[in-house]
Amino acid sequence: MDIIKIFLLILGSFVIFGISGMISGWLDRKITARLQWRIGPPWWQNFADFLKLTGKETVIPDRANEFLFFLSPAIGIISVVITGAVLLSGIFYKPARWDLFIFIYLMMIPSITIFLAGAASGNVLASVGAGRELRLLLSYELPFILALLVPVVKYHSAQISEIMNYQMMYKINVGYISGLIAFIVGLLAFQGKLGYVPFDVSEAETEIAGGTFVEYSGVLLAMFKLTKWILLSVGVTFFVIYFLGGFHNLITGILKYLLVLLLIVLIKNTNPRLRTDQILRFSWGWLTILGFFALILSLAGF
Amino acid sequence: MAIDLKTKALKKSLFVFHLSTGSCNNCDIEILDCLTPRFDIERFGMVLVGSVKHADVLLVTGIGTIKNAERIKKLYEQMPKPGFVVAIGACACTGGIFKEGYQMAGPIDKIIPVDVYIPGCPPKPEAMIAGIVKLLEKIK
Repeated sequence: MDIIKIFLLILGSFVIFGISGMISGWLDRKITARLQWRIGPPWWQNFADFLKLTGKETVIPDRANEFLFFLSPAIGIISVVITGAVLLSGIFYKPARWDLFIFIYLMMIPSITIFLAGAASGNVLASVGAGRELRLLLSYELPFILALLVPVVKYHSAQISEIMNYQMMYKINVGYISGLIAFIVGLLAFQGKLGYVPFDVSEAETEIAGGTFVEYSGVLLAMFKLTKWILLSVGVTFFVIYFLGGFHNLITGILKYLLVLLLIVLIKNTNPRLRTDQILRFSWGWLTILGFFALILSLAGF
Repeated sequence: MAIDLKTKALKKSLFVFHLSTGSCNNCDIEILDCLTPRFDIERFGMVLVGSVKHADVLLVTGIGTIKNAERIKKLYEQMPKPGFVVAIGACACTGGIFKEGYQMAGPIDKIIPVDVYIPGCPPKPEAMIAGIVKLLEKIK
């Protein structure tokens, strides 16, 4: 691939996942509002939020490490955009042979930048949030990888587009028992990656006032918000491609996307916030056991 | 044009930070009422945020006691500009029944500049929404 193609790919990823991420973020807020018998914000709300934040002053705290304070949102947004580009490369171009592992690596970076942001802020609440974020990362990463390994074992391939094509030829992954379990485990681990409610200890508005983002304002906060939206969109797209058979038919593809998004929002709205130790016990206990179980089932051919 | 667009966006997404400076909590409860299904100010893009660094509007309730005066100033300075201050309740607007109290450093407009006053003890959620509408008219 030459430079122009790569540039186009990254630009396309930014535009596609940026817009769909903002719309998904709005859907999340809207569904949450409807579940609480409220009306909720209009569809352009996240665009307005983003635009407003770019026009605001950026306050830099005295005790912050300025270099990391500016660097971490930039790395966060770049990493999610490249993650999206990896997914798109599977659809539009000839992708790398092991792009699943590139994807797993890249999905880890936003959490690390959130940790760095909290640690660089020089604020007590932010450092509490940063520590929690790191513990969260340690706890959900193992079941997440286990869940993603299940189709790899089944199809003897670690290429996202190839796995998608196999699903089109035979049966979608969720149709198998092992695939279904892996889907559930992966979705719950992804909930932690997003920092959504059962696993939102690092952000905990009511407890540590926004956690790692306490000191962020203006453009930097806008970048973090965009990172989260793109992460949501990229993750849901990945689940659709990887477990539900992808976007071969655009309309059913979008319906699948909405279904996964709805599942995430419903989990978010029907659970209380867990403590850090409860999260660790849950994900290294139940989720990991289920993940291994799915792996063994897929080895046995179910 | 670009600046105009940003002002428009600001009008449509006010993030609100709530600060109680020695109030009796009645105004605070009424502020929370604005978030409930009956009034639902998220329709207009308003969200209650946990950190003043994210906020556009500082809602101040209470008289502004001597101890709190310094903190109110600090929080006002920390709020990224453009930011607005709304004084909620009789105490925040004028001092109310505590006007001659020994702990009085306010009312709030003696400590920080206030954009909109919402009187009442406590003001109804409708009154608060009306006040915010006045604030939106003020933003140019």
